[in-house]
Amino acid sequence: MRISFRSGLAAAALAVAAAVSAPAEAGPTLDAVRKRGEVVCGVSTGIGGFSIADSSGRWTGLTTDFCRAVSAAVLGDAAKEKFVPLSPQQRFTALQSGEIDMLTTVATWTLTRDASLGLLYAGVYFYDGQGFLVPKSLGLKSALELDGASICTATGTTSELNLADYFRANGKKFTPVVFEAQNEARAAFFSGRCQAFSADMSYLSSVRASDAPNPDEWQILPEMISKEPLGPVVARNDLDWYTAVKWVMMALIEAEEKGITAANVDQMKDSQNPEIKRLLGTAGDMGQRLGLDPAWAYRAIKRVGNYGEIFERNVGPKTSLRMQRGANALWTQGGLMYAMPTR
Amino acid sequence: MSALAISPTRLARGRHDPAFRALATQLIVLAMLAGTVAFLAMNLAGNLEARSIRTGFGFLWQAAGFEIGQSLIAYGPSASFGRALLVGLLNTLVVASLGIVLSTLAGFVVGIASLSRNPLVSPLARLYVELIRNTPLLLQLYLWYAVLTQMLPAASAAPQLLPGVYLAKSGLHFPVLQHGAWLIPAAGLAGLIAWAGHGVWARRRAAQTGAPAKLWPGLLLLLLPLVAVALERAVSASFDMPHLTRFGFSGGGMITPELTALLIGLSLYNAAFVGEILRGGILSVGRGQLEAAAALGLSRGQTLRLVVIPQAMKVAVPPLASQYLNLAKNTSLAIAIGYPDLMSIGNTIINQTGQAVEVIAILMSLYLTLSLAISTFMNWYNARVALQGAS
Repeated sequence: MRISFRSGLAAAALAVAAAVSAPAEAGPTLDAVRKRGEVVCGVSTGIGGFSIADSSGRWTGLTTDFCRAVSAAVLGDAAKEKFVPLSPQQRFTALQSGEIDMLTTVATWTLTRDASLGLLYAGVYFYDGQGFLVPKSLGLKSALELDGASICTATGTTSELNLADYFRANGKKFTPVVFEAQNEARAAFFSGRCQAFSADMSYLSSVRASDAPNPDEWQILPEMISKEPLGPVVARNDLDWYTAVKWVMMALIEAEEKGITAANVDQMKDSQNPEIKRLLGTAGDMGQRLGLDPAWAYRAIKRVGNYGEIFERNVGPKTSLRMQRGANALWTQGGLMYAMPTR
Repeated sequence: MSALAISPTRLARGRHDPAFRALATQLIVLAMLAGTVAFLAMNLAGNLEARSIRTGFGFLWQAAGFEIGQSLIAYGPSASFGRALLVGLLNTLVVASLGIVLSTLAGFVVGIASLSRNPLVSPLARLYVELIRNTPLLLQLYLWYAVLTQMLPAASAAPQLLPGVYLAKSGLHFPVLQHGAWLIPAAGLAGLIAWAGHGVWARRRAAQTGAPAKLWPGLLLLLLPLVAVALERAVSASFDMPHLTRFGFSGGGMITPELTALLIGLSLYNAAFVGEILRGGILSVGRGQLEAAAALGLSRGQTLRLVVIPQAMKVAVPPLASQYLNLAKNTSLAIAIGYPDLMSIGNTIINQTGQAVEVIAILMSLYLTLSLAISTFMNWYNARVALQGAS
C-alpha cells in the first residue's frame, strides 16, 4: 500500500502528540474514570476504622481514605468518588466485571488471588495478621499462655488451620469452637463461651471498639500468628491505572518519610530538597510519566494526608481501635512501609 | 432365509408393535440420561482441569491440620482428612440418635397430653405444638444456644450439682473412669440381653397361663448389671475428676453447650411434629375399639397401652419415619451454633483443600446412607406393627 507523504506526516505528528499528551492514550479504566469524573471503589460492608458509613452516610476509614487519595491524584480538584459496599463473596466478581474501578477493602494479598483471578494487587496499605482478643481479667501477656483454653473462631480460608498450626508448633492444647460466620463467633465469645476470640487483628480491634460491652475490659494479645497483607486491587486489563494506583500508595508513604503532611504540603512546595520537589511536581516530570499531571501527589497528600496521618486518624492509638503502628510503621522505624524512589 | 433373521413384515410392523415401542422408548430415554450425565461429568472434569483445580480423593489420606472441639475417637491436627470426616459423622450420629429418642419420648407426652380431657393440659399441649411448629428451627437453635451461654454461670462460679459434676458456660462437666471404662457398656449390653430374654419368656408364659406379664422384673434385669458395675467401680477404681484451672474446667468428661443446645432444639422441635403424628394415629382408632375395651373391663391405662397405642402406631409409623429423616438431616444446622458435625467439618475441609466437588459428594453419600438406614429400620418396624395389627 502506498502512503502519501502528507498523510504519513499527519500520522507521525499524531503519534508524537499522543506521546506528549499522555492522558489521550491512557488505558480503558483510567479513561473511563476521567470521562466519568468519579472513581468507583468497592469497600467492605462495615468494618470500623477501615470502611464504615457514619450516621450521615459518609464513608470513613483507612481503605476509603486511600480511595480518596487515588481520586484526588487522578481527577484533580473536582475529584469525586463513589463507594460500593461489597460482601467477601461479591468483591472480586464486581472488580472482574468492571462494576468498580478499584477494590479498597480488607482482602488479603495471596498468590492465588494475584495470579489466577485476573486481578492485580497494587501494594499494601495495612499489614494485618491473625491474633487473639481476650478479657483483661485473665491477666494474659502472651498467646502462649492460652494453653488449654477454648477459642471461638469462624470457619474461613485459613483461620482454623493457623490456630492449629500455632498451638501445635508451640506444644500447647486448645479447644476450638467453630462458627459459620464471624458475628456468631463474636457473640459466643462475648457471652463467655470461649476465653479467646481469634480473627484478623484489624477485625479484632474493630470488634473491641464497636461491639464489646466495655472496650477497656478486653485486650488484643501481641502475637500475630499469620500474615494477612491488605491492599488495593485493580483489574488486569489496564496497566496504566494499576501503575497510577500503585504510585499513589508510594507517594503517601514517601510523604510520611519526608515529613510532608496535609497541613504543611503548601510550604513544602517551596522546599529545596530535590526528592520533595520531584514528589510534589515542582521539578521533574514524574506526573507525566504516570500519565497524570505534575500535582498528582500534592493533591493526594493535601486531601487525606500522608500514610501516617491516615493511620492515626482511622485506626491509631487515639481512635477507638487503639492500634499501634507495629508492622505498619515506616521502614526507618522498624516497620514494613517502604516506598520505591520517586525518580 | 435363516430363522434368526427378522422377517421384513415384523420389521415393518416394528414401529407399531407396542412391546417394541415401549422398549425402544425406554432405551432412548436411558441413553439420553446416560449421555447427559456423561456430558456433565466431562464438562466438570474439563473445567476443573482448565482452572488447574486438583481432583481425586487422595486428599483423604493427607494430614487435616485443623483441630476439632469434640471427638469420640482419637483425633489431632496430624490425623487425616478422612479421619476428620469420620469424627464429624460420629458427632452427627450422636445428635441424630439421641435426638430421635428424645423427640419420640417428648412427642409421646405431647401427643397424649393434647388429647387429655384435663382443661389445662390439652390447651397447653396445643399451644406448645403451634408455637414450636410455626417458628423456624434455626431461630430456635439460636435461642437455646443464647439461653445456655448467657444464663449459665462462668466456670469459676459453677455450681456443683453432684460430687464432681459442674454446670457452667463451658458445658456440663463430670468425672469419668480412668480405666476399666469398657465394663459400663458391657454391663449395659448384658442387661439388654437379660431384659430381652426375660421378655420372650414372660410373653410365652403370658400366652400359656393368661396372666399379664409384669413390667418390673424385666427392668430390674436391665439395670442390675449396670448398678453392680457402678458400685464395684465406685469403690475400686479411681476417677478423672474435673478441676478448675485458669481457663475453666480441665479433666473429666464434658457435654458442650453446643451439643446440649442442638439436642434441646432438635428434640423439642421434632416433638411437636411427633406429637401431632401420634395424635392423628390415636384419633384414627375407631370408637368401637374403645367401647369394646371398656366392655372387657380394661382400665384407661390398659386401654391406652394394649388397644389404642398398637393400632395408632400402625397409622403413625410411616409419617414418623419421614419425621426422623427430617431430624437426621436437620442436624446439619449444627454449624450455626458451633457444633462440629459432619457438615461443619466438611465445610472446613472444602476451605482447606478447595475440593468442593469431592467433599460434597462424600457428604451427600453419607447423609444418604444415614437416611436409608433410618428408613430401612422404620420399614422393618412398620412391617412388624402392621403384621401384629392384621393378625
